[in-house]
Amino acid sequence: MRIVDALPAPVAQPEAGFWASGIASLDKALAGGLGYGQVHEIYAAEPDDASSAAGFVTGLAVGMCMGRGRAKEKARQPLLWLREQRLVQSAGILQAGGWAELGGAPGHGLVGLVPDTLSLLRAAAEALHCGKLGAVILEGWGAMRALDLTASRRLVLAAEKSGVPLLLLRVDARPVPSAARTRWQVASAPSRALPGNAPGLPTFDLTLLRQRSGPCGLDWRLEWDRDQRQFREAPLSGAVVSVPVDRPLADRADAAEQERVAGAGRYRAA
Amino acid sequence: MQGQAGTAPPDTAEGMPLPLAMIARVRGALRLCAVDARAGALGIAPGMTLADARALEPELVVAEMDAGADRHWLERLARHCLDWTPRVSLAAPDGITLDIAGVDHLFGGEAGLCAQVEDGMAGIGMALRWAAASTPEAAQALARHGALPVWDEREAIRALPVLALGLDGESTLALNRAGLKRVGDLTVLPAAAIAARFGVGAVSALSRLTGEELAPIDALRDPEPLHFERRFAEPIGLQATIAAVFMEVLQEAAGVLGERDLGGRRFVLTLHRSDGARHRLDIETGRPTRDPALVLRLFDERIASLADPLDPGFGYDRISLFLPATDPLPASQARLDGEERDEVALAELIERLGTRLGAGCLRRLVPRESHLPEQAQFALPAMEERAPATWPRPPEGEPPMRPLFLFDPPRRVEVLAEVPDGPPHRFRWRRKLHEVRLYEGPERIANEWWRHKGGECAGQGGLTRDYYRIEDARGRRYWIFRHGLYDEKPDPHWYLHGVFA
Repeated sequence: MRIVDALPAPVAQPEAGFWASGIASLDKALAGGLGYGQVHEIYAAEPDDASSAAGFVTGLAVGMCMGRGRAKEKARQPLLWLREQRLVQSAGILQAGGWAELGGAPGHGLVGLVPDTLSLLRAAAEALHCGKLGAVILEGWGAMRALDLTASRRLVLAAEKSGVPLLLLRVDARPVPSAARTRWQVASAPSRALPGNAPGLPTFDLTLLRQRSGPCGLDWRLEWDRDQRQFREAPLSGAVVSVPVDRPLADRADAAEQERVAGAGRYRAA
Repeated sequence: MQGQAGTAPPDTAEGMPLPLAMIARVRGALRLCAVDARAGALGIAPGMTLADARALEPELVVAEMDAGADRHWLERLARHCLDWTPRVSLAAPDGITLDIAGVDHLFGGEAGLCAQVEDGMAGIGMALRWAAASTPEAAQALARHGALPVWDEREAIRALPVLALGLDGESTLALNRAGLKRVGDLTVLPAAAIAARFGVGAVSALSRLTGEELAPIDALRDPEPLHFERRFAEPIGLQATIAAVFMEVLQEAAGVLGERDLGGRRFVLTLHRSDGARHRLDIETGRPTRDPALVLRLFDERIASLADPLDPGFGYDRISLFLPATDPLPASQARLDGEERDEVALAELIERLGTRLGAGCLRRLVPRESHLPEQAQFALPAMEERAPATWPRPPEGEPPMRPLFLFDPPRRVEVLAEVPDGPPHRFRWRRKLHEVRLYEGPERIANEWWRHKGGECAGQGGLTRDYYRIEDARGRRYWIFRHGLYDEKPDPHWYLHGVFA
């Protein structure tokens, strides 16, 4: 029995826009950019890439939250991050410090910790009805059998109605058929070293596995620029220093070492 | 009868208790509002500036005046006084008036009652000045300004200073300047003359003090509990009827809440079935509300999340709604720019998810003052923590210095590193070997030695951590630390504390 038969439908805000990532080839492949009010699936290539994929999703969500708010209002729209309670042990505790380091506003955001997969999906569907959120991140580990075609279609409908994008982060899972608009695979990539051999900006190897009515199978290597809140294409490591033509290399041993290190990151080019 | 009680507990330092004063900012200057007996004995009086008081007594302990807390405490004391009489009223900021007419014989007469009140207040550590008189105003005035104990009430009132009339500062000064120092000086004057020179307020205060005029008593009483109910001659089972009745009950509740400027925080709905079974549903809202539609929607969520659906059976013969928790909610006007609507929509989402998944499910991350990474944040329930927190913005042009995920406890890893202070070269984690390609560090984070007993001595403050931000050959970025310097511990262990994006 339900007390209310037909609840008044929440105010629909069909803002069918795109968030342009700022990378020409990527936006072209997506015919404009990542769409608001849609479901995007992001798979971590390996379980060890979970944090990279999460970082990519955070960057995406931060960018989308920024892009959606009207220019005059400074307050960014809040981001909702839904996780399962058990992930706290295996995947670690979500840190507001790290979130802020990726350009987000964790103080405005909300973190939902739910007991199981079913409540995770329910919470996501419920949250997508609220048009005031900037984006919803759903972090799912493992196969997630509850997320079948019906469930994902339901999420898509909810997202379309409110215009809030749902970023579905999948770790330790194989892609299965779903109603999502795009499907990505993210792996961590070697970053461009800072002076002093320090690790640089977060770098990702990104593959567009599938998208509805558009090209797929493309890949990019991107860096997340927190200050601009945009992705940019990462130059291939090792290609930073140009080789002088008219004189011999100063230190051949060093160059060989650089080649060796960069080799790991070059597999994409082959 | 009246009790006047200081509301601040004495602050004790080592050995001798130090004099205490409460301060507040008055027109930009810090002034004393209340002082304790020790400070009073040193010549420190309320109204002095803090600087003057410090000149008299450098070791004066001061605390901020908190009027809200004082009021709350006074109310609690007044409720405590309901043991003696049903009619208790507050004389803010520091008095309570008990109407003891007709109840004193239960406690062995006036003297017995007063002794009991004195004992009761002394039992909870309150200093008390009291007086009994025939009107509340007279009792308050005698307790505050009179010479105690009072033998002859009329004489005592006559002997009171004109300050006891409770007039404003200007009128009191005018009375004093006119040579009228005592209340007795005024009682012999014709009322018309007093009214002409010092205002009608002086006349009415005087007649209330002397008992010629009686003022109404604003007695403390508990508001009626918010309980709404519908009984039916015939049990009802139709879903539409139940919904209609429930809406009606909610609207009645909303009316009462609106009159009292309250909003409900908890709603308990009980459905009494004709065979005696009872279904109890309760919901909580994140912010006080009296919107029937919202409450109805929350109850709907609650019913949808029940393991076994509600079964009306042969029908319900009683439906009751009880509001155990309420908060003040003044009537508000919507803003034109619609910004408030965003907040309201978000608050509704928090409530809906809280009702469906449990109140603690949605959290807000709030910074905490600690430099230990695992203690740098609180995850507080979003129901209670409404306002967005502000996190410091990271400096521009730097890569992320803090990881996105933190392991608690840190995971032990086997590390090959240079001794004593070198960075890790390779490490084994989750049965995989990781070659370190890039590193930055160490970032040295000391333990919180001030929390350990004897931590200020060298070597007793706990182990220092040396954090390295590293990237392995596959491009994964980790936060690894060595727990302890080599001179603190012979063979320190390495731990993986977090992972970066």
